[in-house]
Amino acid sequence: MIETSDLSKQFNNEFWAVDGVTLSVQPGQILALLGQNGAGKTTTVRMLTSLLTPTRGWARVAGFDVTKRPQDVRSKVGVLTEQHGLYMRMTGWEYLDFFAKVYGLDPETRRNRSAYLLEYFGLAEAARRRSGEYSKGMKQKLALARALMHDPSVLLLDEPTSAMDPESARLVRDEIARLRSTQRTIIICTHNLAEAESLADHIAIIYRGKILLNGTLDELKRQVLGPVEYEAKFAREFDAGELVLPQGVTLASRDSTSLRFQVDAPQSANPTLVHALTARNAPLVSFQEVPRKLEHVYLKTMADAQGVSYAA
Amino acid sequence: MRRDLEAIWLVARREFIDQFRDWRIVVPMLLLVSLFPFIADDTTRQAIGFMNRFGGDLILDNLIPFVVLVIGFFPLSFTLVVALESFVGEKERGTIEPLLSSPLEDKHLYLGKLLVGITTPLVFSYASIGIYLILVGRRAVEFPSAYMLALIFLLTFAHAVLMVSSAIVISIQATTIRAANLLASFVVVPVAFLLQGETILIFWGNEDVLWFAIVAVTLLSGLLVRLGLAHFRREYMLGREIDTLDFKLMWRRFRDRFTGNAGSISEWYRREIPETLRQLRQPLAIVLVMAAITGIVSYLWVVEYVPLHLNLTPDRVNNIRTFVAANLGNLDQLSTALPAPVLFFHNARTTVAFLALGLVSFSTLGLTLFIGNIGLVGGVMGAASIVGFSPLLTFAAGVLPHGIFELTAVFLATAAMFKVGAQLVTPQTEKSLGEILLLSLADWFRVFIGVVLPLLAIAAVIEVYITPLLIKMAFPYL
Repeated sequence: MIETSDLSKQFNNEFWAVDGVTLSVQPGQILALLGQNGAGKTTTVRMLTSLLTPTRGWARVAGFDVTKRPQDVRSKVGVLTEQHGLYMRMTGWEYLDFFAKVYGLDPETRRNRSAYLLEYFGLAEAARRRSGEYSKGMKQKLALARALMHDPSVLLLDEPTSAMDPESARLVRDEIARLRSTQRTIIICTHNLAEAESLADHIAIIYRGKILLNGTLDELKRQVLGPVEYEAKFAREFDAGELVLPQGVTLASRDSTSLRFQVDAPQSANPTLVHALTARNAPLVSFQEVPRKLEHVYLKTMADAQGVSYAA
Repeated sequence: MRRDLEAIWLVARREFIDQFRDWRIVVPMLLLVSLFPFIADDTTRQAIGFMNRFGGDLILDNLIPFVVLVIGFFPLSFTLVVALESFVGEKERGTIEPLLSSPLEDKHLYLGKLLVGITTPLVFSYASIGIYLILVGRRAVEFPSAYMLALIFLLTFAHAVLMVSSAIVISIQATTIRAANLLASFVVVPVAFLLQGETILIFWGNEDVLWFAIVAVTLLSGLLVRLGLAHFRREYMLGREIDTLDFKLMWRRFRDRFTGNAGSISEWYRREIPETLRQLRQPLAIVLVMAAITGIVSYLWVVEYVPLHLNLTPDRVNNIRTFVAANLGNLDQLSTALPAPVLFFHNARTTVAFLALGLVSFSTLGLTLFIGNIGLVGGVMGAASIVGFSPLLTFAAGVLPHGIFELTAVFLATAAMFKVGAQLVTPQTEKSLGEILLLSLADWFRVFIGVVLPLLAIAAVIEVYITPLLIKMAFPYL
């Protein structure tokens, strides 16, 4: 698992790249760390891999303090860095074999893991070619294979699907989901909000080194965009008049063919609401939740942080 | 231990593979190794012909060892680029982070790179030397002795370690390959000077003198390796602004360290200077022991060997005494011939020279100069003894009065310089190499300005105005 408290990093005694980050990611969970370029995602990840020493606060990764037990932390963590970091004159096989040795795997495990990962990521045929000849996506996949080589209990992945074609990206997402099911602790830094939405159990938004939001997607939506909205659509123009709304329901907007409600407790309120509409012979076509994407949450949070208005 | 060696070899092996797959390294080196010995052989042939015709046995006898030394040096300087980019190259290509994120320890990464950096140029150097020796062996010239060749091989090895360890220190500290390459001249130029010094030893010294060069270069290399390991910080290798010189910030840090928490000069003398001097206790003790040993050894050596070498007969001793007596009369005019400010400036310059030399050699050259100076004091006492003056009286009247201040100043300045060098090779996790250097220099300047300069000023006045009187009083019969 990953735990941090007040984790902070200052550079040059002036600039706080990360400022008071407190996180907790349990085994079997994925946390997506979102933020602009330079927000502090990479610095956070580097502190979690014991590459940077925190200026303040602490972090424990896989049970080890990042400051006191850096070697243990590094041996338990698989890192996909911002740049793929491949040695261009080594073949894919040699590259994985080198890192397998670095992580102290025995020869048989090395062979098996390399073969499995190359096969899984569709690189088996290119295994004997120098990685300098690989496409961008292949390089990214090889780098990810390196991060998984020693079967780490904690994964820190920076843009895991960047530069990949849709099939490969899907493959990688499936693998990440599979790793979650095997109780790995995973942090993903990404700008791909759809990916974060589909993969992450928790989402943290970081801005200028500070965590602005941290929670499940539903919690974040509720916190940033307010209660869930439901929309009733009518087949033709319909004047609902003065509706008596159940408790916890407010009318958000209306036009001649639709009504939007903010609902605090949909399970109890929605049946009553639908009943009230049909009792008035409303030509109801559909009654459904208004889709609210992570993108809205993210952009609104960023707009609020920067003091600018946000229009969905 | 075995695991460490395996890890070092793992890092080195990967680097070897990478290098030998890079034609930009392999092709020029093969060309150099295969062509240069032939050029050197032809040059040797012409030089021999020239000297046989016009004379020059001294050069002729040592020509081949000299050429061997030069041939060994060329591949070293060319392959320096490999060591220079060892870390910074990986950083620039983005390959360093996966490596740094791995469980490999700092020493594995550092020594693995060092091993490759040394081995590759050495292989090319020795190959080049080997080809040259085969070529020159066909000629009817006197071949250097196996002992001499072994010394040159050792010296070439020491050069490789020195250059590569310096290059790796640069590689760790630099942010870009370009910056590292620009700094390469700080390695090549000093080693080229060193080579010239060694050439002098080859031509005008005997074979055994080369051991001094080997030991000195090895010592310096060892300190450089230590420096590199001490300041190998994963964090700094990922830092972005390491090459940026912020003079304002540097000045602020220096000033803060120099002034400390003192609000006035008197407070500075009451609080900061005593604290700095307390921190000098250990280096000062070492310096004092070195001074005592040097003074005694120098005195004994002069007393034991100088009479034999100079063949000092009683007549010659008398002549020397007469000469000394005649010159003692001029001591009254010392303040005219050597005014106190000039003496003060000279002594202050010498302590700065200790620092300057110490800075480029992790204190070793500064300490060497210090030892030389203290050796002179011991030697003068020995010489006094030889010509029949009491060494104790000579010391008490001629050295001690101003020496109380001057020697104290020199000991303190040397101890402070020693501390600067020692701190550079001591791991300090919280500070960068530049920061350590800056703060150490601030400490040195504290001692220099706060204590050394005032002591030297007092010493200069005493030496010019009081010491001559005391000498005259001590030796009235002269």
